[in-house]
Amino acid sequence: MAVKLASIFFTMILVDNYVLVKFLGICPFLGVSKKLDSAVGMSLAVTFVMVLSTAVTWPIYTMILEPNGLAYLQTIVFILVIAILVQLLENVLKKYIPTLYRALGVYLPLITTNCTILGVTILNLDEGYNFIESIVCAAGAGIGFLVAMVLFSGVRRRVEDAAPPKCFEGLPITLVSAAMVSLSFMGFGGIVEAVFGG
Amino acid sequence: MNPILFAVVVVAAIGIVGAVILVAASVVMYVPVDERVEQINAVLAGANCGACGFAGCADYARAVVEDGAPIDKCTPGGVECTGAVAAIMGVEAGQSRSMKAAVACSGDCEHTAKRFDYQGLNRCAAAKGLYGGDGACAYGCLGYGDCAAVCPFGAIAMERGIARIDRTKCVGCGLCVSACPNGIIHLVPEHRRKPVVLCSSRDKGADVRAVCSAGCIGCMKCAKVCAKDAITVDNNLAVIDQDRCVGCQLCVKECPVGVIRVPGAE
Repeated sequence: MAVKLASIFFTMILVDNYVLVKFLGICPFLGVSKKLDSAVGMSLAVTFVMVLSTAVTWPIYTMILEPNGLAYLQTIVFILVIAILVQLLENVLKKYIPTLYRALGVYLPLITTNCTILGVTILNLDEGYNFIESIVCAAGAGIGFLVAMVLFSGVRRRVEDAAPPKCFEGLPITLVSAAMVSLSFMGFGGIVEAVFGG
Repeated sequence: MNPILFAVVVVAAIGIVGAVILVAASVVMYVPVDERVEQINAVLAGANCGACGFAGCADYARAVVEDGAPIDKCTPGGVECTGAVAAIMGVEAGQSRSMKAAVACSGDCEHTAKRFDYQGLNRCAAAKGLYGGDGACAYGCLGYGDCAAVCPFGAIAMERGIARIDRTKCVGCGLCVSACPNGIIHLVPEHRRKPVVLCSSRDKGADVRAVCSAGCIGCMKCAKVCAKDAITVDNNLAVIDQDRCVGCQLCVKECPVGVIRVPGAE
């Protein structure tokens, strides 16, 4: 059991990284990775919401939608649930942890429409994970997002100091470097299976 | 039951349950917000430039109300903004002057030259790191536009090798002041007639002349002509005390190299 959970966790971080391998959540990946501290803040908020929304959507799917043959509604129901959850979370943080609320700031409402969150909740169900596996998978996906953001904010600092040809300045060179970071993550394929005997 | 109707009912039920939870949460976890915070936020410039030293306009508004931060920190908003904040907070506005950035260098391409052909990164800070920069004068504007890059209002343009500030766009946030590696950008009180010495060279007159035809040579003529003793020459560089200056502009006419000018007047 523990081995399987560890295998899921590290697979999500390295092999099936949501940003660099599955190409979900590219918008915050490009938008918030300019500075290291905002990248870390955003990633932590994403991880938090990912785990929480998985913990809520998994029971809703298996207890309400699937038994009633409503599995096809999962996309719209999950979006609804995630939006409610983020709003609720914002209220709770505002009341009880105002420092965290201020630190997360604008990222929290932004996460509502983040496709990584929806991707994690839906792909978890496609994989047929049970509840605990889903939670671990969501945590791994969040940490994977963090790793990608931190790595890429470092890359971007170098890119900003470089002088690319005029036609590559700005977004084009950012996308090219993102592609290279993504390529390097392809190199992790098979490693986790080899380590954990998955 | 009709499957479509059933689906609609289930989704609506989830939505309603969520709505009830949210309403309950917003009642239970209601955080009283001082309405003055919103009011102040509305009258601030809204540029989120950070000139006040806080994380943004909203953060500054909160700090004014909750932590008693000074009310005159919003430079982009200027005097009207300070007045509006003062009215909301019910205190005196006090004296707040509108500041604008001025580049203390007149050494454009016509007046000075390059020491060597610099081919590195297109940034002042990088050029400065290489033997103090490629300009013949080590004090002057490097001309690679670090200030223009940092200006959130697009008020700085590089013209003929030096930075030129558009006074109509400049709000005096001071970001360029800290971005300039040579420290030649200063915030000066906005005034139609009071001149500023637009040179930063502390070299002796002969050395200045050797590298730049528009540099302060420390000749003291301005200091002698000034009736208000507002000008001192320190380390071969004239400095005008803006508080003493009355804007008579005698020094402007007297300066043999023409570096005493009213910024933005040309």
